[in-house]
Amino acid sequence: MDKWNLIIDVENCTNCNMCVLACQDEHVDNDFPNYAAPMPKHGARWIEIMRKERGQAPMIDVAYMPVMCNHCDNAPCIEAAEDGAITKREDGIVIIDPIKSKGQKHLVDSCPYDRIWWNEELEIPQTWIFDAHLLDEGWKQPRASTVCATGSIIAKKISDEEMAKLARDENLEVLEPEKGTKPRVYYKKLYRYDSCFIGGSIYAKKNTIIDCIQDAVVKLKQNTAVIAEIKTDIFGDFKFDKLPEGSGDYQIEITADGFNKKSIDVVLNESVTLKDIQLSK
Amino acid sequence: MGAFKFSLILLGLRILLWLQATRYSAFRKRLKEKNFSAQMRTNDGSVGRWFVFKDGKIKSKSGILECPDITLTFKTSDIAARLLMPPINQLDQINAMKDFLIGLDGPDHLTLWFTQTIMQTQTIGWKYGVEVGKGVTRYTNMTNGGPVFLYVKNDKLIRITPIDFDDSDPDTYTIEARGKTFKPPRKTTLAPHGMNWKSMLYSPDRLLYPMKRVDFDPNGDRNQQNRGSSGYERISWDEALDIVANEIKRIKKEHGPGAIANSHGSHHTWGNVGYYLSADFRFINAVGMARVLHNPDSWEGWYWGAAHHWGGSLRVGQSETYGTVEDLLKEAEMVVFWSSNPEGTSGAYGSFEGTVRRKWLKELDIDMVHIDPYYNDTAQFLGGKWLAPKPASSPALAMAIANVWIEEDLYDKDFVENRTTGFEKWKAYVMGEEDGTPKTPEWAAKETNLKAKDIRALARKWGNKKVYLASGGWGNGHGGACRNATGIQWARSQVCLIAMQGIGKPGVNMGNLQWGTPVDTNFYFPGYAEGGMSGDLHHTAMSVELYQRMPQLPSLNTVEQAIPRLWLPEAIIEGKAEGYAWDGKSIEAQFNKISYPKPGYSPVKMLYKIGGSIFGTMADSNRHVKMYQSKNLEFVVSQAIWNEGETKFADIILPACTNFERPDISEWAALGGYAHHGQTQLNNRVAVFQHQAVKPMGESKSDYTIFSLICERLGLSAYFTEGISELDWAKRIFEASDLPQITTWKKFIKKGYVVIPPEKEENRDPLSWNWFYEGRKKDVPEPMPLPSDYKDGYLEGLQTQSGKIEFEAQSLKRFDAEDPERPPIVKYFNPFDKKQEKTFPLRMVTPHPRYSFHTQGDAKDSFINNIKDHRIEVDGFYYWIIRINAEDAATRNIKMHDLVKVYNDQAGVVCAALVTQRLPRGTLHGYESCATYDPLGKPGESVDRGGILNSLTPKKSQIKKAHSMGNSTALVEVELWDGSVEIKKTSASEKLKNKIQQLAPAE
Repeated sequence: MDKWNLIIDVENCTNCNMCVLACQDEHVDNDFPNYAAPMPKHGARWIEIMRKERGQAPMIDVAYMPVMCNHCDNAPCIEAAEDGAITKREDGIVIIDPIKSKGQKHLVDSCPYDRIWWNEELEIPQTWIFDAHLLDEGWKQPRASTVCATGSIIAKKISDEEMAKLARDENLEVLEPEKGTKPRVYYKKLYRYDSCFIGGSIYAKKNTIIDCIQDAVVKLKQNTAVIAEIKTDIFGDFKFDKLPEGSGDYQIEITADGFNKKSIDVVLNESVTLKDIQLSK
Repeated sequence: MGAFKFSLILLGLRILLWLQATRYSAFRKRLKEKNFSAQMRTNDGSVGRWFVFKDGKIKSKSGILECPDITLTFKTSDIAARLLMPPINQLDQINAMKDFLIGLDGPDHLTLWFTQTIMQTQTIGWKYGVEVGKGVTRYTNMTNGGPVFLYVKNDKLIRITPIDFDDSDPDTYTIEARGKTFKPPRKTTLAPHGMNWKSMLYSPDRLLYPMKRVDFDPNGDRNQQNRGSSGYERISWDEALDIVANEIKRIKKEHGPGAIANSHGSHHTWGNVGYYLSADFRFINAVGMARVLHNPDSWEGWYWGAAHHWGGSLRVGQSETYGTVEDLLKEAEMVVFWSSNPEGTSGAYGSFEGTVRRKWLKELDIDMVHIDPYYNDTAQFLGGKWLAPKPASSPALAMAIANVWIEEDLYDKDFVENRTTGFEKWKAYVMGEEDGTPKTPEWAAKETNLKAKDIRALARKWGNKKVYLASGGWGNGHGGACRNATGIQWARSQVCLIAMQGIGKPGVNMGNLQWGTPVDTNFYFPGYAEGGMSGDLHHTAMSVELYQRMPQLPSLNTVEQAIPRLWLPEAIIEGKAEGYAWDGKSIEAQFNKISYPKPGYSPVKMLYKIGGSIFGTMADSNRHVKMYQSKNLEFVVSQAIWNEGETKFADIILPACTNFERPDISEWAALGGYAHHGQTQLNNRVAVFQHQAVKPMGESKSDYTIFSLICERLGLSAYFTEGISELDWAKRIFEASDLPQITTWKKFIKKGYVVIPPEKEENRDPLSWNWFYEGRKKDVPEPMPLPSDYKDGYLEGLQTQSGKIEFEAQSLKRFDAEDPERPPIVKYFNPFDKKQEKTFPLRMVTPHPRYSFHTQGDAKDSFINNIKDHRIEVDGFYYWIIRINAEDAATRNIKMHDLVKVYNDQAGVVCAALVTQRLPRGTLHGYESCATYDPLGKPGESVDRGGILNSLTPKKSQIKKAHSMGNSTALVEVELWDGSVEIKKTSASEKLKNKIQQLAPAE
């Protein structure tokens, strides 16, 4: 049985908000009986883009991560729903029944990802329905995917086995897998959002001018073990990425032809751009 | 023979009217609109037929009525037969009007109705849109953000989507580069402001009825001082149109020519008929109005600066744009994005078409550098080295790069020697021989706050590679730093840098993949700048091609008076203004000085305003509040879609409908004129029939209809409309284009769009500048410069005096060699007053907004308000975003989404703070073009919480001898907002300021 999955590429999301706008276009003032009642014009973010800035000017990067209902296979909301108000379709999509769910405000809190929104006017919990109403009419992709200019949101209807293989092959991750909810929304290059870097820039005085040092060898050590090694670029820049947040003590060791070796201790909480590092003879 | 034919045609017309009435209820409905008699006849009365319309019934007989209400006369029956026998030849029709072979007598409201009804017998049966089931019809339309499908059920818009091509649409292009094959998707893309349109169409701020300011009495007290404060009352269309028409007549008679001015924004809702350059321009010319002359707002530095070095005046000083996508992907080793954020600005009209191409760039081993005070959306997407100069300082960076290239021998000496002039002069300045100050990286570091080591590294990297320079959003100029106080210096320095690297050699050019795709540029569809139905050969690009292809009555404004837009408030309030004309026909045309009032003309007494965007887009906007409240303006009429901006300052408001509520025709990104071949932004050229998808909201009407109704009252409707409707005009544009070569009108209006096939690979455009680099004749398909601007021979060399790139500009030498602000070689000056910099230590950059299209899509309770990077809701109000460096915020005790007051001597604006690392210290970033003005106290004299950052920006022209806005950087201070409405800083803020000075690190 093929089921729907969504794959989101964090590296290529530009925060253009087309997916967010397409969702509002589809649902505000539109009623799709059995699928979703109209979405409030403001205050509901069925698709929401989260921002993560890493590092400090002038070496930073910024990642955006669209989040929405994960259509979990182990969905806590289904458990919490009374009256069978939330159901899992055969194709993997989770639907909150707009009639049966009336008054069940507790469902908002049942989602560990905070992706259920309370509609004050209609008194119902609502979420992103994977555009099930359109897929059922023969649409090939949900609207969020069709408007994404970088192709960063792609829906795939495949078997769970195929999806598991794809996730392995392309290093796809789900959000907070430890919660055991088995989301059907997968992320690519999630490290851009949930890991850290240590970066910096190396320079030295050459004759009368201060110059960037290219091709300096920079080693990243943790407990004396070298865990990564890179060379600086023409700007003297180096960047060690994919380090866990709050992972503690590191040492940076720099060697460059004609200069003294230099070591720097770093305590890593969030991404850090070190102050420019001067080498001396 | 003619007599027989004419009688037969008249009989045929009678039958057709009857037939269409029996077939179409809409036609029967129309016939019920008027009761009158019409006569069609030859001059001598030998052939004729009359029609009497009464309560929807038509009586008709051959012969001549005694006193018909209206008469359509043909000189002879031969002429009538020739003109009316299908297929109708448009040129014959126009010539007949010009030669007085046709006469039309009777009141305008009947003659226009009669001719349009006759036309409707042809159009009433046309079928539009595709049925997609369940009562839903899929229409098409075009937004400024791209083409769209509109799904409509029961006259209600359900959804908007980009266009997915079907199997019958042509395939798209392929580019092979570095062993990879690149092919764009077979669909259109859409910008956020296009995706947002449903909330614009149904906005609660739509103007639904004509309105009159409650304390405005055209026959009594006008209370001009209350504009912006008093409310409005609903009036009828007849009442509103009568007031406007009577005011036009009165003002012309009381004050003489030039007393009525027409002011429109830089953009409109899309469509070649309804666009301001089309309908409004014919209206201006028909009535005779003073123009508010636009400055080249998106190109300032290129037009007033770069054009003197490399020509290109007909591209507003920008670079050629052909073949660069393929060349960049195949040859370039690095791209320097310099104040270039195409991901944020969608190429203005190019949707996200360039995005997929820049994703290809990411897949290739091409280095990227981003020079921008803000870590912009393109840097965020592509990555690479970010250099953040202090706003408005980056010409100094350019000088330093040149200094390193000269010092370390890293430039193309052959090119400089053979293809340029004046290099030694500029070199002497850059190396310090002229003024004793070598423009070294260390020198530039002080001006820019960059590090000298980074400047040197950039110069070395650039000098050793094949590099594309991307200046501004389009990559070839346009937008970005050319709009700040040093914009002219900046654009000029960009030309000098790319000239030093040998522009035109493979891999060395201007661009960022936004322009220069291999679409078919030889297939003709008119751009909006070609003026549609304006008949205006002077102020549009109609004469380039459209005028011959679409014969129409020419229109000419008898009023030569014009007001330089930057000084519109001064012109009204003080009665005087001076500026320079924007005219691209030659480099020298920009030296024409204009003065207001023009000798012999009246000062302006009435303003006819289209749209409400000026508060948001023009510098020091509180000036405009004062202008509207001036007694000098006896009457202000605003024709607008939404109640926003300065619309709330009018005496009479005429509600216009959107382009989803009227028919039109257009091509995506077809700009024409100064942006010739704007379609090379696209991966697929798409022309669209813009269906009237829903009926106009409330009593709103199309701009075309409103203009024709006013013209009816002035006896000008035949001249304005040529007797036809906007739908008929749309068909004329179709016929004028090359579209009939690939589709039929019937197919086109049913399906709604047509994809223009891509160019065959062997016929693709040559690469820009390559002809110049190699010393060939110019071979790119742009009709510019004009033939007389060549020296050695046609198509040989550039538009400059020498025909080469001139480091020392001969045109500036001729004009004013001693101008300290614009010397013949480009030099760097810090434009800011030192004392002001101390008082207001933050430089605020105000680029174009990312999500709205200027004011379109902002505020008005739109979906875009929900976007966290556009506005933030605090206690039910959606505040404009101001971005601030995290340390700058901390020293001011400002936290994420706190309400803050951004202020200087001119104004105070309440915004929501977005605390970020995407800016260096000392810099703020907030979009210009907020749509709503919401003063919390007296308009013009209190803080605004709408978010109009332009109220803080300098009104000063970049240089005195230009008409050039320099307002994209302003000096300001920011503090937590204490809820007060005063602009002036509070004593608490004084205290805060002292604290900041104590905390600030020593320089």
